[in-house]
Parts: sequence; structure tokens; C-alpha cells
Amino acid sequence: MDFSTITTAIDNLLRTYMPEQAVILAECLLIALCLVLAYVLFAIVMIFMERKVCAAFQCRVGPMRVGYWGLLQVFADVFKMLIKEIISIKRSDHILYSLAPYIVVMSSVLTFSCLPFARGLQALDFNIGVFFLMAASSFGVLGILLAGWSSNNKFSMIGAMRSGGQMISYELSVGLCMLTMVVLGGTMQISAIVESQLDGWFIFKGHIPACIAFVIYLIAGNAETNRAPFDLPEAESELTAGYHTEYSGMHFGFFYVAEFMNVFIVSAIASTLFLGGWAPLYIPGLNAVNAVMGYIPGIVWMLGKTFFVIWLLMWIRWTFPRLRIDQVLVLEWQYLVPIGLVNLLLMTICVVMGWTF
Amino acid sequence: MEFHTNLFIFSGLAIFMIVAALFAVVSSKIMRAATLLLFVLFGTAGLYFMLHYSFLGAVQITVYAGGIVVLFIFAILLIGKGSIDITHTSKLRYLAGVLTAMAGMATTIYLIHITPFEANHFMSADVPMKTLGISIMGTGRYNYVLPFEVMSILLLACTVGAILIARKK
Repeated sequence: MDFSTITTAIDNLLRTYMPEQAVILAECLLIALCLVLAYVLFAIVMIFMERKVCAAFQCRVGPMRVGYWGLLQVFADVFKMLIKEIISIKRSDHILYSLAPYIVVMSSVLTFSCLPFARGLQALDFNIGVFFLMAASSFGVLGILLAGWSSNNKFSMIGAMRSGGQMISYELSVGLCMLTMVVLGGTMQISAIVESQLDGWFIFKGHIPACIAFVIYLIAGNAETNRAPFDLPEAESELTAGYHTEYSGMHFGFFYVAEFMNVFIVSAIASTLFLGGWAPLYIPGLNAVNAVMGYIPGIVWMLGKTFFVIWLLMWIRWTFPRLRIDQVLVLEWQYLVPIGLVNLLLMTICVVMGWTF
Repeated sequence: MEFHTNLFIFSGLAIFMIVAALFAVVSSKIMRAATLLLFVLFGTAGLYFMLHYSFLGAVQITVYAGGIVVLFIFAILLIGKGSIDITHTSKLRYLAGVLTAMAGMATTIYLIHITPFEANHFMSADVPMKTLGISIMGTGRYNYVLPFEVMSILLLACTVGAILIARKK
């Protein structure tokens, strides 16, 4: 199913009633509204999933009281967060203090808007798509640094500096893995990357180098989102809550939501670049199976794969103990970056020699 | 008067950039200045996207917003409290600053004045990534592999130098 027929229909409908400029403005507002709504909805699903998966790994049942099976728990939490007071800190830079959460959320929403959910269901599709994705996610760290600094609290500051060092380092590995898949796909446009996986996902097409890149991407993506075993920026036993210790109410809520949504985004990018995005499972030769798989809508495939990767990341989070900061940096600079570089070379050789499926 | 969407977006971006740039210069707190500089850089990226130069826009965000400003903020955090007192400077420096700013402004205005801006001089479409890549890495005419390689050697030298300085105990 092609979603561009629906969007074109809406476009034509608006054009019959409004002049062109008004149509553009209305469509921009409509898309922004849809994006923010989807962002918040996925965040709520993610928070609920995190609590339930965490409970399952720890042999508990998780939230059960509010609503059937605890389904309304997150809504109650959001409501609580919304009515909490936003406290201002003495002797701190108030403007930067209130600005920081918005920078983090802005970066996250901008990255979210590049994700392809189904054929034609993608807000931003530049021909440099993957590069824009990296650009959009690269300035979120600024918000964290500003939050830590403007909180006027040394623990926040230590958390922010750790986070800065960690996120800038691991961005390199994430970039190298994306580049590896761009070499395989031969394009940077996200919709074209997904299109070229209709006859086999990249993780099968690129076999060994793609699998190595997938593992490195998962590790680096986990570190990029500041989650265990890489959650030193907010190591609660040492730094209370890291860079967002001093934040309350919805300001804290923004950091919280952005963190969860960054996990969603990392997983969605993993499923787009490695597991075919909205492309259904395709096995060469088995035409009957391929036809059946083709009947499942793309959005189901995309969300299914994304939540599978999220589940993998949560499994890692609730299984491994936290690393030390020097171990985190050694892992990145002495292991992941060299392996990533060699892997990029390997992938290039495979593509040049035609050793891909 | 006809209503132009592009003109509207351009004026919005331009006002945003000018205000942010002015406040970045007059702000006495260096951390705020760095943040406002970030906004100016976002505005520039917005202009590139408006012209459909999406590659340049993404480079602007990655290199300047995600790289240089982060570096600035790290440097500010490492050297002090983030609010360096810049209000009590000597009269001579004040005068020199004003003169430099005036000279810079005069040069810019003169250059804008003598440059003939042709309306359709630039390609108003997305440049394919392949074309860009070939012109950066190609060895033919109007290709830029030599500057690219010179730049990488320069960056490598910087990295080696930084490691050397950091290692010297």
C-alpha cells in the first residue's frame, strides 16, 4: 500500500479550497502536528514497554494497579508530570536552564521526522537522508551540556561532561556503521535504501560485514542514548541523576521523553538500514512465501522490526552491569572504531568485487 | 503586492539570524553567546535548505552546530565558570574593537554593492549525491581531490599534535 496516494489526496483536497501558500502553510502545520503526536504516542508506548520488559527480566509483574494490566499507568505519570511545578534554580543561568530541554527534544524530533514508516509515509526525505539524520542527532548533546552547566550543580556538571565525551565518541562508530550500509546500498536517500531492500534485507545481502556493522551499531547506539551498560551520565549511585538532577516537572519530562524516543529512533534506524525498514521478508525462490509476506502492510513490518530491536536493547540494558568511564572510552576508541574502519573497508571490497547477494 | 512564500521564509530567517547575532555579540555571558551563535548557525543552515542545498545545510549542522559549538562549550567549561567578565576593558581596546567592526562592515557592504547578483545563477534543484561525491573526490578538471587530501593531511597533523601535547606529562 502506498501512503503517497493518501497524502496526494489530502493535498488536492486542500488545494481546491485554499490558495497555494495557504496550502503549504496548512500542510506544514498538519505534518508537524502528526509528527509531534506520533512522537508522544510512541514515547508512551516505549515507557510502558520499558517498565513491563524490565519487570519480566527481574521476575516481577510491573505496574498493575492503574487500569487493566497497568495500561493507564503511563498516562497517570504524564499527568502527574504536567501538573508538577517547574522549579527555578538560584544563581544559575535561567535562560539556558529553560532552553536546554528544548534543544534536546528539537534534535530528537528532527531525527524522528526522517524515519520511513511505510511507502510514502515519511516527512523528510532528502537525497542526503542518512547524512541529515546524523546531522540532526549531532546537536542533542549541546542541550545536555547546557543543562549540566546551567544547573549550578557539580554532579549535574560531571554527568553532562561524561555524557558529552561519551556521545561524541560513539557518534563516530554509529556514523561508520551507517556509512558501511550506505556503501552497500549505493545511496544516502532513506526511501531509496528501503526500496533496494525489497529483494532481500541488507543484513542478508551484506552478510559478514553487515552483521559486524549491525552489532557495532547496536553497541554504539546503546551508548549514544546513555542507557545501561553505558548510563554513566546518570549513574544514580554516584551522581544522583546526572545532568537532569535539578530539573522538575515537564522540563524533566522532556529529557525523559527524548531519552526514550532516542532509543526508538536508534532502533528504527537499525531496522531501516539493516533489517529492511518497511520492506517485507523476501526469500529468493520461495515466491509463495514472498507473496504472503507482501500482504502484511509496511507499517506493521517497520514497527515490528523496530520494537524487536528495542526489545534487544532493553534486554541488554537489564542484563549487563554498568561500565566505568575509562572502560567506555577504551571500548570505543581501541575496539569499535578500528573494527568499524576495517569493516568499512571489507564492505567496500565486497561491493567492488560483487561478493554481495 | 504578491505574497511570496520564499520571501516570507527568508525574512523570518534573516530577522532571526540578525537578532541572534546581535545578542551573541553584546551578551556579557560567554555561554549565552555560544548558544546564540548556535542559533545563527541554524539560521544559516535554514537558508541552505531553502535554496535546496541540503548537503551544505547538513554539513553546516554537523560541522558547526554539532562540532564547533560543542567544542566551544567544552573549551568554556574547561577554562572557567562560563561567565568571563568582558565589561571592564580598556578604552583603547574598545576603540580598536569598534574600528575593526566598522572596517568589516564597510568591506561587506562594498562587496555586496559591487557584486552583480544574477537571479538564476545557481541551480535551484537538489544536487545528486553522486555528482557531489565525484566533484569532491574526482581527479579531473574542476574536481577537488587535491584540496581534499591536503585538508586530511592537515587534520591528521593536528590530531598527532594534540596527542603529543596531551601525552607530555
